[in-house]
Amino acid sequence: MSRQGQADVEEDIISGGDEVMEEPEEQEDGYTSSTPTSTLTWISWFCSLPGHEYFCEVTEDFIEDDFNLTGLNSMVPFWKEAMEMVLDVEPDEDAAKIPDVSIVESSAEMLYGLVHQRYILGRAGQQAMVDKYESGIFGSCPRVYCVGCNVVPCGRSDLPGIDTVKLFCPNCNDIYVPPSSRFQGVDGAFFGTTFAHLFFQNYRESAPAPFWKAPASGGSSLSPRSSASSSRSSPFVNPNPYGGQKRAAGYVYVPRIYGFKVSERAKCGPRMQWLRLRPETPAQLDMVDWRGRWIDEDEYEDDEDEQDRRMEDFDPDAADEDDDEEEEDEDEEDGAPPGQQQQHGQRHADSIPTVRSVAHSVRTLPTAPRPDGAVAVISLPGTGGGKVKMVRQWNTRPPALTGAA
Amino acid sequence: MIRRAVEDISTGSDSDYSSTWISWFLSSKGNEYFCEVDEDFILDRFNLTGLNNEVANYAQALDLITDQLDDEVQDELRGSLDVQARLLYGLIHARWIVTARGLAKMVEKYKRGDFGRCPRVLCQSQSLLPVGLIDVPYEKSVKLYCGRCEDLYSPKSSRHGSIDGAYFGTTFPHLLYLVYPTLIPPKTGPPADGPAGAAAAEGKTRRRGREELPDVTGTEGVGEGISTASVALKAERYRPRIYGFQLNETAKLQRWQEAMRDKQVARLEELEERGS
Repeated sequence: MSRQGQADVEEDIISGGDEVMEEPEEQEDGYTSSTPTSTLTWISWFCSLPGHEYFCEVTEDFIEDDFNLTGLNSMVPFWKEAMEMVLDVEPDEDAAKIPDVSIVESSAEMLYGLVHQRYILGRAGQQAMVDKYESGIFGSCPRVYCVGCNVVPCGRSDLPGIDTVKLFCPNCNDIYVPPSSRFQGVDGAFFGTTFAHLFFQNYRESAPAPFWKAPASGGSSLSPRSSASSSRSSPFVNPNPYGGQKRAAGYVYVPRIYGFKVSERAKCGPRMQWLRLRPETPAQLDMVDWRGRWIDEDEYEDDEDEQDRRMEDFDPDAADEDDDEEEEDEDEEDGAPPGQQQQHGQRHADSIPTVRSVAHSVRTLPTAPRPDGAVAVISLPGTGGGKVKMVRQWNTRPPALTGAA
Repeated sequence: MIRRAVEDISTGSDSDYSSTWISWFLSSKGNEYFCEVDEDFILDRFNLTGLNNEVANYAQALDLITDQLDDEVQDELRGSLDVQARLLYGLIHARWIVTARGLAKMVEKYKRGDFGRCPRVLCQSQSLLPVGLIDVPYEKSVKLYCGRCEDLYSPKSSRHGSIDGAYFGTTFPHLLYLVYPTLIPPKTGPPADGPAGAAAAEGKTRRRGREELPDVTGTEGVGEGISTASVALKAERYRPRIYGFQLNETAKLQRWQEAMRDKQVARLEELEERGS
């Protein structure tokens, strides 16, 4: 719907743009130099439209090289006319056959978008995008504890017409809806699924590392900003040279009621902290095998026996998306009695108790700390009675709160 | 009184000519997150315990909020009094929204999506709730809590980004879900809240969510009697890929995170078994 609206706007501007294309022929001397718009190519005009801020300018050489366009002519209607429009080539006489210039316009947009998807994967395109990235044109992550980490545009599909452009944050490895509605008319395929991740492979100094340790200083860790600036203490190094080389912003939000952490035993207790959690050291990442299971000392040998089998049925998705298969595999290898089947998760829990306690104490940010650091299970027996209870509790609290201020 | 009328026109609140300070305050632009505090809550001095230390000109500010301010108050005081009245109203508001009646009012706003929707793509426009990072004023601005991904986001608009977080407090969203467990959002599928949410979620993602989870607890969120021990397993997550292949380091991190999740699920299921 908004797409339609945008097309209308474009149509208006295009009618202006056409004049620009024609005029230089007739009045090339004098007149063109005085009007700045007359020097504007279609590409730079397109990239300057509102909502097209994420696009970089694809060089004409790239578009003119047929090899770069392989397969696109079957996806874009009015291929020839669209090419002429994008490259500012004067159309042939028979171009008049096309009833409506807006049809060609949308073809040109799709052509440019799909070429753009390929261009930004190359060296020149990545360079153009890193300039935009560093100047913050793509915006920053809306998540509070990513502390304004810059994001890059990202598609959910490489085929046009599926979904609009999204923004990928390298710190939380998640995708977000652009804050402004003007980007809702931009197709995600014009950026593609690969670009964002190839970008952070190329520019590893901009990619946050997968591990994070809370700064040791107790009091200042309250503010995410101050902890980010404490990087002066030591230069950050990721032992994996192919991984992210930037210090991550690793705090995870901890819900609190009257200063007490909400226990995970409560029905409304935290369930999603894992999504943002990072291990403290890179070595901890290796404690989980390719299937997503904890590696025990006992189990470790079994795993080594499996080496060749592991290579055979390697499938990146099997480990994390197919729970059933995981259970079957487990049966095969330890021949466990049927009773133990449902408890496969529990065994993982027992294997590394140390990590578990750390995850809930150090790694998470005390948003409203209590001096005693107490943790309590708050559970209300019934909705009605509970409300009254909480109100009373509140009324006794204010003196303590103001005292802290 | 005259000043207030002028401001009414400038902020464009047209319908009811705000008769009270509170309704004027609520209808001004940028104050969409606030709900109306009942007058008798404000008039009960017990509910205001300690606030006189936080707010300068406390008595006049309170009079202004409750529309009992004498017209004799000098004009130079009025300017600063407005700031103090906003602060006082905000601090009262933080206490009000954790009472039964305040929660009920905020639930209505939540269902209307007054606080905005989660920017995370896989949360499918889940309605948000305002939250503070600290209960002390002048420290941190208000943030938005998503009950689906259980994370905090900054408000999109700078108008909302400048509201003090202490006017909502650190407790509010979590108490709301504690008191109204039926409102706890499901981890997959379209959000349960109202036609606006359904319309916003109208995308390819919705279809996918449905397929994966036909047995989700209706559209009513997590039910009262239903276990939430393993809901995290149903949560969708984004997987970065280059030409369809996952990245080594990111995939490793995600596997570690999912192993942590499985561990928590196992822990909770064990607790549940022991409890029942």
